[in-house]
Amino acid sequence: MSDHETRIELDDRVPLVRITREFDAPPAKVYLAWTDPQLVAQWLGPRDRTMEIETYDCVTGGAYRYGMRHGDDVQWFHGSFHQARPAERLVQTFTWEGMPDQVALETLTLVDLGDGRTRVESTSLVDSFEDRDAFVRSGMEKGITEGYEQLDELLAR
Amino acid sequence: MPTDPLSRVFSALADPTRRDLVARLTLADATPTELAEPYDVSLQAVSKHLRVLEDAGLVSRRRDAQRRPVHLEAQVLDLMTAWIERYRRQAEERFARLDTVLAAMRDDDPSPGHDSCAEPLPVTTRPAPAAPRRRRTGGTT
Repeated sequence: MSDHETRIELDDRVPLVRITREFDAPPAKVYLAWTDPQLVAQWLGPRDRTMEIETYDCVTGGAYRYGMRHGDDVQWFHGSFHQARPAERLVQTFTWEGMPDQVALETLTLVDLGDGRTRVESTSLVDSFEDRDAFVRSGMEKGITEGYEQLDELLAR
Repeated sequence: MPTDPLSRVFSALADPTRRDLVARLTLADATPTELAEPYDVSLQAVSKHLRVLEDAGLVSRRRDAQRRPVHLEAQVLDLMTAWIERYRRQAEERFARLDTVLAAMRDDDPSPGHDSCAEPLPVTTRPAPAAPRRRRTGGTT
């Protein structure tokens, strides 16, 4: 169980969201959990969706495509891995195929805090402030209840 | 200028001066002149910022009073804070799952030791020949 705070910042100058959080694991481990398809599938998607990975080639110049399934509904996402530097940095593009012309640039930065801890800074840069704000507002209705349920489950372990 | 109300609030608050004005108005109502004092900008510039905040519904001007103080519409601000908070919780939910995944990984050798996985994982930092790679066939469906 972790009591690390997830910080969200909306940038003033560019349409960017920055999420920062610490993890009780060294950078190499966090990087692996973030880049290994079998591990990613265990945590990335919302809890009511199953992640179906078609491609997940997390190397510089690689690509990914995965679907998030909820019953018969599958939402597909794809992008390219622009830069994959183990334990330090991952840069990728991100597109929801429902809006195929929109693309976000996502950068993951891992900072070694020592003592087996890592600070993760993840940014997502989109095309406009309106897109960014819509992105922040989208799909959040379930966030509150699910977040608490998840927390309860973790506490019960 | 964004058309939907929440986007207007978001963009109104994207400016640091306007955020500062809002922060000061959380303490008490103030006139434009009072609000302009600490800044190295004209009253006119502050008035322009206030107009943006007013258009977004974040502040209102009392019509009745002689001083016409600016009043913060706190419930609008709360609404936006609530959106960000929900987004944060959603991210937190995801990261709580990542905590669990990390805790299940072995410390000594981070690559193959996941109990929950049926077979050894490919090391994904280089091309993984073990995993059959399906190429995208193109198209978005």
